[in-house]
Amino acid sequence: MIPGQFQYYRPATTAEAIGLMAKLGDDARPLAGGHSLIPMMKLRLATPEHLIDLHGIDSLKGIRREGDRIVIGAMTTQHDLLASDEIAKMLPILHETSLLIADPQVRYMGTIGGNVANGDPGNDMPALMMTLGATYHLEGQGGIRQVPAAEFYQGAYFTALEPGEILTAIAVPAPAANHGYAYEKLKRKIGDYATAAAAVVLTMSGGKVATCSIGLTNLSETALLADEAAKAVVGTSLDDASLKRAAAAAEAIMSPAGDGRGPPEYRKYVGGIMVIRALQRAAARAK
Amino acid sequence: MAKTHVTMKVNGAEVEGLVEPRTLLVHFIRENLQMTGAHIGCDTTHCGACTVDLNGMSVKSCTVLAVQAEGAEISTIEGMANADGTLSALQEGFRMMHGLQCGFCTPGMIVRAHRLLQENTSPTEEEIRFGIAGNLCRCTGYQNIVRAIQYAAAKINGVEFQEAAE
Repeated sequence: MIPGQFQYYRPATTAEAIGLMAKLGDDARPLAGGHSLIPMMKLRLATPEHLIDLHGIDSLKGIRREGDRIVIGAMTTQHDLLASDEIAKMLPILHETSLLIADPQVRYMGTIGGNVANGDPGNDMPALMMTLGATYHLEGQGGIRQVPAAEFYQGAYFTALEPGEILTAIAVPAPAANHGYAYEKLKRKIGDYATAAAAVVLTMSGGKVATCSIGLTNLSETALLADEAAKAVVGTSLDDASLKRAAAAAEAIMSPAGDGRGPPEYRKYVGGIMVIRALQRAAARAK
Repeated sequence: MAKTHVTMKVNGAEVEGLVEPRTLLVHFIRENLQMTGAHIGCDTTHCGACTVDLNGMSVKSCTVLAVQAEGAEISTIEGMANADGTLSALQEGFRMMHGLQCGFCTPGMIVRAHRLLQENTSPTEEEIRFGIAGNLCRCTGYQNIVRAIQYAAAKINGVEFQEAAE
């Protein structure tokens, strides 16, 4: 399978890339890791006339601390995230989740920016970024907009990105030092998208949940924040009744498609179980 | 569509060619360079038979454009043998441990395992299995592939290969 014809551009700066996006219009697509876009182009499900490769832009790569936030360049790969001591220490859930994405070869190429910007409900990073309260930096000719991850996703492959804009960085507030975390992903095999997955970040105080945030992957048209489920466990010791209430509250907002991963009823059921497991594992890790 | 001139270093040799932007790296290597060791298996980024080493990364060359490899250093299975033509530790491991049956996945397996052993000189069995998770083999059940990589790691580290008790 070979993609349709296109013109290839490799800008050296973000400004140059944004200029190209503005000039070339709707027929242009930015190329990040390419491991979603190139397969789609090979199937001719995507037929951009202009491909703007972001790999030549050094400023889009890297992880840096800015006050109480960790700012990750959009072209930072999953492999880079896994190699980063800063991520392992400050955002261990990002390390844990990166290990569950695709396979080693794909992680060398796949970028965090591509993962969150593509709007694919099967991608793992969107729910995680919503759970962490991350903000996306969207750059266009009008300047930089900062959009919370929780407000970015509008539907499958529909996002808040305006024509001509490129997602350039992700800013994640550093979680509390004593936080607990877990990303629970049920998948049929390595490299598969989640049948259902849940991200949990919480803090404990005196054996009870003090704060909690829960995100869900591949259980709706977009990643979801399960606010009611999180509220159901705050103030509890995660006893069985509270866990069941949280799972039920999470299931109430799920609307997964039926596909090879199972019918909707099954995916909702295991989605609830992922929530329970993630809550328990996160609580065990909280200090 | 106008063709683009690309240059890259493949197995230590400077190569160049004219490609359309849509030419996949695996096609450039197989058809322009006539190196047919990297195989096209699934053509959908799953199987890993097309794995090559690109600037120190294992990549599936069916999902990389040749133009993206401009200026890159690439190693393929053709570049894995020792400089004197003898088998590398990994190739020897695959031979000695019977790490292949039909052999279709083997170039990708060896190129991937090469990078794995560069990054982790003494991987555990679990780390080997996780490290080759992007390479599918439909013959061996992976047992002997894992042994082959353990054999190579032992040889590279200068220790005697000891098979784990079953």
